[in-house]
Amino acid sequence: MESVFQLRNIRYGDILNIQHMDIPKDKITCIVGESGSGKTTLIKMLNCLISPTEGEILFQEKNISEMDPVDLRRRVVMLGQNPVIFPVTVRDNLSIALRFSEKEPLEEQEMKKYLAMVHLDKNLDQPVENMSGGEKQRLALARVFILNPEVLLLDEPSSALDEETEILIIEETVRYVKHYGKTLIMVTHSKLIAETYGENIIKISKGQFVREGEM
Amino acid sequence: MNGIIDLSFWQLASAYIFVVALLIIVKMKGIAREQEILISSVRMTLQLIIVGYVLSYLFEHENPLYTLLIIGVMEVFAILNIYKRIKAKMSVKLKKVIALSMFAGTILSIFYFLFVVIQISPWYKTQYFVPLAGMIIGNSMTGISLGVDRLVDGMRSKKDTIETALMLGATPKMAAKTIVDHAFDSAIMPTINSMVGMGIVFLPGMMTGQILSGTSPLTAIEYQIAIMLGILGSVSLTVILFVQLGYKSFFNKQKQLVLD
Repeated sequence: MESVFQLRNIRYGDILNIQHMDIPKDKITCIVGESGSGKTTLIKMLNCLISPTEGEILFQEKNISEMDPVDLRRRVVMLGQNPVIFPVTVRDNLSIALRFSEKEPLEEQEMKKYLAMVHLDKNLDQPVENMSGGEKQRLALARVFILNPEVLLLDEPSSALDEETEILIIEETVRYVKHYGKTLIMVTHSKLIAETYGENIIKISKGQFVREGEM
Repeated sequence: MNGIIDLSFWQLASAYIFVVALLIIVKMKGIAREQEILISSVRMTLQLIIVGYVLSYLFEHENPLYTLLIIGVMEVFAILNIYKRIKAKMSVKLKKVIALSMFAGTILSIFYFLFVVIQISPWYKTQYFVPLAGMIIGNSMTGISLGVDRLVDGMRSKKDTIETALMLGATPKMAAKTIVDHAFDSAIMPTINSMVGMGIVFLPGMMTGQILSGTSPLTAIEYQIAIMLGILGSVSLTVILFVQLGYKSFFNKQKQLVLD
């Protein structure tokens, strides 16, 4: 199986210590583990938002420390646990993401397609300040989809959502990823989500990689 | 001098009545500020006496080396003063950026102002060089201090916004843009506001001084207009240099946000 990320002798202070880990390409990988186990640290490293103190991470066989971090982040887009929603409108949030990635602006119809993917039935000119936490979370997810990255890194993408919306969103994400042939790496606290959707499950405990495969 | 009243020792001493009055008021009100008032009055007096003698000496012994030395000392004091004013923790890199932008921005503005606008001759003429350079450096110091405050504060308080932008593929420049713009704006606003009130709300110090020494008000305003524009130029130049280089000190080679 082809790997999208390969981690070799990774250490990040006392938080993370991973000898060997491969993350398969075009698959859904779920990272699970108790809170404080180092899941977020791991996913941030894959986005080059932080660098390991020791060891190396390869992205498609290339050492990420030798890549342009901005170029990597445009191919491997991350959705953090508490994404910031930019002022002022829904449209601004989608177009700012495209601008950050230096991609062409999209037509209104195209933008709406991405909102529909995350079940966000909003006018593009709607101000974001009146939106609920769950709606903001979905907008943040649409903002990642619109960038059309090769790899999606999602850190607890459904933490602010109720159970029903959570399942809906995950299913949409899975459909998007499968339809466009992308790699999804998702941190989740939910055993159910990991077991249902994860094609590869990575369990982290106290900063150590303990298991791969079935939970 | 055009009929200027030279103050005698006793005339000057009589002005200290204001300090005495203030001391009595704070004593009566039970505000424990006597020491500060005394120290600052004495410091002001001593500092100005020293400056008076130093300038008299320099006016009589004009020398390019002296002029350059004074500018150097002013720059160093201004830079140290900025470090002292900023309460937030600053990285060594940021301190270097402050020193560089302060030095480059003010020196360029001073040279342009003195050689192109005023056209002093000889180029090191102390009578013009020292007071005009002092005003340009002093105002730039205030501007850059505000800029540093806003930049450091913005980078810390908007950490999540910057990281969200980076995650979406933004370059550090794109991610820090609103903070950089805001810092620049805050730093130049006081200079712009002071131009608005000038001549109506208050008479600026340099102009007042020239008028008191017998210069025609029309000549005085010419200088005042010129120096205000010089100050505006220097503040803008130092601050733009600072914010453009300064935000970079918050990112490492891996284009990650570094706050400590």
